[in-house]
Amino acid sequence: MNLRWMFLLLLGSASPTFAAGIDIEIEIPQIDVAEYHRPYVAAWIEDDARALKAQVFVWYQQRATKEGEGTKWLPDMRQWWRRGGRELKVPVDGVTGATRPPGRHAVHLDATSAPLLTLAPGNYRLVVEAAREVGGREVLDIAFVWPPTRTETTRVSGQHEISAIALELIP
Amino acid sequence: MKLALKLCALAVIATLPLPASAHKMWIMPSASVLAPGQWVTVDAAVSNDIFHFNHVPLRLDNLVVTAPDGSALSAANAHVGKLRSVFDVELTQPGTYRIAIVNDGLMASWQEDGKPKRWRGTAATFAREVRSDAEGLEVTQTQGRVETFVTAGAPNDTAIKASGRGLELVPVTHPNDAYAGESSRFTLQLDGKPAADVELTIIAGGTRYRDRQNEMVLKSGAQGAIDVTWPAAGMYWLEASISTDAGVTAPATKRRASYVATVEVLPQ
Repeated sequence: MNLRWMFLLLLGSASPTFAAGIDIEIEIPQIDVAEYHRPYVAAWIEDDARALKAQVFVWYQQRATKEGEGTKWLPDMRQWWRRGGRELKVPVDGVTGATRPPGRHAVHLDATSAPLLTLAPGNYRLVVEAAREVGGREVLDIAFVWPPTRTETTRVSGQHEISAIALELIP
Repeated sequence: MKLALKLCALAVIATLPLPASAHKMWIMPSASVLAPGQWVTVDAAVSNDIFHFNHVPLRLDNLVVTAPDGSALSAANAHVGKLRSVFDVELTQPGTYRIAIVNDGLMASWQEDGKPKRWRGTAATFAREVRSDAEGLEVTQTQGRVETFVTAGAPNDTAIKASGRGLELVPVTHPNDAYAGESSRFTLQLDGKPAADVELTIIAGGTRYRDRQNEMVLKSGAQGAIDVTWPAAGMYWLEASISTDAGVTAPATKRRASYVATVEVLPQ
């Protein structure tokens, strides 16, 4: 077990806030290349039929540059685009935001508010996709059952564009 | 003697490769899945190798660009070069665009002073340019559609509905929803009706870099249905053609209808 994640788990369990819901952690790797751009990252929840049930977050370049609008590159997150990105009118409050630097980032979904509030009991997958300009693309996913009966953490390591993702279910 | 000559000529024709199998026509977009408000640039050529420019450009005279709302768009920056044609399309509307070169003409052959004559044109110019009492006159209607599909934002199917003219591969699975390892369904139609038992040839791009065409040949079912399972991501060339005397109007007595599409298959 990766020490860093063990530490995070301990930290998580010692945390005073036990809000029912889902805690998501994503670690963006430090990549040593001459031309580095922060990756576009999207996370969503899909069901067994791979239908998108909830947009969790979409991080992309918010400003236009001389290369055009930041939204131009959203389709590079191909799975996300296909599963629902192409239907999403961005920006969306609470979902879309600026790109993040390398490091660990946490997102909490509360059971008492959207999208979990309306998520029907069943089998789902959290999918996280990262696409980096002049870099690569990677998709990771974690299966889970909603609603949870006990606190449970699952983590999956990536290869290139995502170091790891972790999903903690809090009943 | 004359009959013998004719037979001889027929034999020669029979051994000649069909134009469609010798040179491949295609239109290829720079991308098929985009965000709204972007541009695509499109190449159009006739070549031996799939998606390499090594023969002649595809003429843009009969270019038809259909916007997601069904309206006709004009292409920008059209250019016909020595080996390819190029044009740009701005995807201002969200939805699916159909980019097609649609030909519908006549081809005539006859004998004049003992020599074979050939003519190509349209129904409008035929009466002016070809004598209807020419010796051994044979008139063939040639219908061709060379097309591709591009989607900005969420796909829709207004532009990709069957035109009802000639041979068409009508998408059932959206053509911009093609992914490696998955299968796409199409319906082959002639004049808007199912075309059964017609072969569709599918070749992945990049033939220059391999020793074999590796073509897939699929036959349409009773209702014209064809299911294609995409082996890998990439640009694919799809081609079908038929010769028929169905739905032929004078002066033509035969019809040759061909269809080509370029479909981009994305990785999972």
